[in-house]
Amino acid sequence: MRDTTLGRNIVHAFGENRLTLVAVGILLLLLLCAMFGQSLAPYDPLTTDGAAKLSSPSSTHPFGTDALGRDILSRVMVAARLDLGMAISAVVLSFTLGLTLGAVAGYFGGWPDRIVGRLMDTIMAFPLFVLAMGIVAALGNTELNIILATMIINLPFYSRFARGEVNVRREMGYVEAARMGGNKALPVLINHIIPNILPPMMVQASLNMGWAILNAAGLSFIGLGVRPPTPEWGIMVSEGASFIISGEWWTFVFPGAALVLAVFCFNLLGDGLRDLLDPRRRI
Amino acid sequence: MSFVWKRLLGTVPSLAGVIVVTFLLSHALPGDPAAYFAGPAANAVSIAEVRAKLGLDQSLPLQFLHYLGDLARGDLGHSLTTGQPVVTDLLQRLPASMELTFFALVFAVAIAIPMGVWAATRPDSLVDHVCRATVSVAAAFPTFFVGLLLVYVFYFLLDLAPEPVGRLNEILYTVPPHVTGMYTLDSLIAGDWPVLAASLAQLVLPAISLGLFALAPIARITRAAMLQSLGSDFTRTARASGLKRGKILFTYAFRNALLPVSNVLGMVFSFLLGANVLIEQVYGWQGIGAYAVNAVLASDYAAVQGFVLMMAVLYVLLNLLVDLAGTLIDPRVRFEA
Repeated sequence: MRDTTLGRNIVHAFGENRLTLVAVGILLLLLLCAMFGQSLAPYDPLTTDGAAKLSSPSSTHPFGTDALGRDILSRVMVAARLDLGMAISAVVLSFTLGLTLGAVAGYFGGWPDRIVGRLMDTIMAFPLFVLAMGIVAALGNTELNIILATMIINLPFYSRFARGEVNVRREMGYVEAARMGGNKALPVLINHIIPNILPPMMVQASLNMGWAILNAAGLSFIGLGVRPPTPEWGIMVSEGASFIISGEWWTFVFPGAALVLAVFCFNLLGDGLRDLLDPRRRI
Repeated sequence: MSFVWKRLLGTVPSLAGVIVVTFLLSHALPGDPAAYFAGPAANAVSIAEVRAKLGLDQSLPLQFLHYLGDLARGDLGHSLTTGQPVVTDLLQRLPASMELTFFALVFAVAIAIPMGVWAATRPDSLVDHVCRATVSVAAAFPTFFVGLLLVYVFYFLLDLAPEPVGRLNEILYTVPPHVTGMYTLDSLIAGDWPVLAASLAQLVLPAISLGLFALAPIARITRAAMLQSLGSDFTRTARASGLKRGKILFTYAFRNALLPVSNVLGMVFSFLLGANVLIEQVYGWQGIGAYAVNAVLASDYAAVQGFVLMMAVLYVLLNLLVDLAGTLIDPRVRFEA
């Protein structure tokens, strides 16, 4: 019974919004690049070719080459792993930590709630990208710290969301019943409440992914974290930017388009997932 | 009035949190600033000297007290790259950033609110779909990429926009006499029309790129809030009483939709202040964002710390302003607080 409802829901969600199907296609393409980009790429992303500097898109180099003659298509493909990797790690860390903090705060109330609340308010008191810059500047200019900074600035969204959801469910009938059944407080939270808030949290995470990608790419665009010659979309856009004035558009348009595609894909997936798991929130 | 005081007091914990975090960012982290300041030729003795001079040999709480004392005197330390006090550097560049952010906000509000209202009056029409598509596309484009695309199209291809050389092409024009530090306002005060036109022309592309980023959340919330107030009982009553369409739309529905819109402005400011950094980088805009990027890359800690602190304080104050504006829009907020 449950399966058929879920099946019907999936058909409904996809049928209603063909774009979700497109998003799944893009996601598969991105994941393919992230996993096998290195072997699928037509050229080595780091090999320079002095004879083919800044050549425009052609059949040999579909996306053209950059100032050092590196093939841009290969670099865009290989970069998928780093860009998606940084964003996914940050979101997973944020999700886990935010869920834990928010659930504890919402379930127990009292001083844990006050401490977590104050902590999140403090993070939110900063313009978030500025805080991320400050964190990377202070911790050191590495890829790991980009992930850490992105995790920290995303934390309040998960924590607050989890807190609210737990708070609503704390007094619900099934939770009361679990408590009456002789379960201790923590098992009730872990076994009965958290599984029920996971679906809306997943929607939140998926909607958040696009923002995490933008954030990490923004940091590397201004020269933080990822260092050349590592292929990464943000840094490639910033390297290509100096050739705008001379009209070599392909140097920044293709990596930028890859970023747009990835963010667009995750935003659409988030919307689709919301329609699927939580139809009431549809606006 | 008591609400205003309460809200003012409410900023105290935020500001305290901001100060503690900026202190921790610079003092409680790995790496030895003393060794850094002492330079590459330093030995153990000179590093110790520098450490004592910077007060880094004291306990963390004592260092924090010193930090508070410095802040109270408006001392954010000296920048390594410019050699000037960080406060002077920041205040010198702040007007440029404010000018850019202000124009971006005006652009975003001027497009997003009419678009949201229009879409809400005709749900599921072509306008609504266009609005929705614009919102999701605008949300997916990285600000810096939009900035570069606009430069490519409007400067390189169409030659409509001036060269992206910052706030004013100083080869062709002279900077207006300093009053506010904002070139548009200063040239207006000086009555220097060519400079006003030139500085406005320089502003158009960066303000649009930055504003596009803020457009999506404002348009979405306007649409949702308008849909809600158009569907509410008081609108139905107004319609039943035979009031004119414009009166229903603006006096009844829009005025009630304003509060959620003003509330989302807090988040919009967070976006704008962050994205400002990226746009200043793209357009060579000499604001505090570009200054901070250079400082981060040069490991100029005092400057970065000063920048983060100033942005956070600015953001807390903007949020305060948004909340106070909210009480003007909807007096009920005062009693709820």
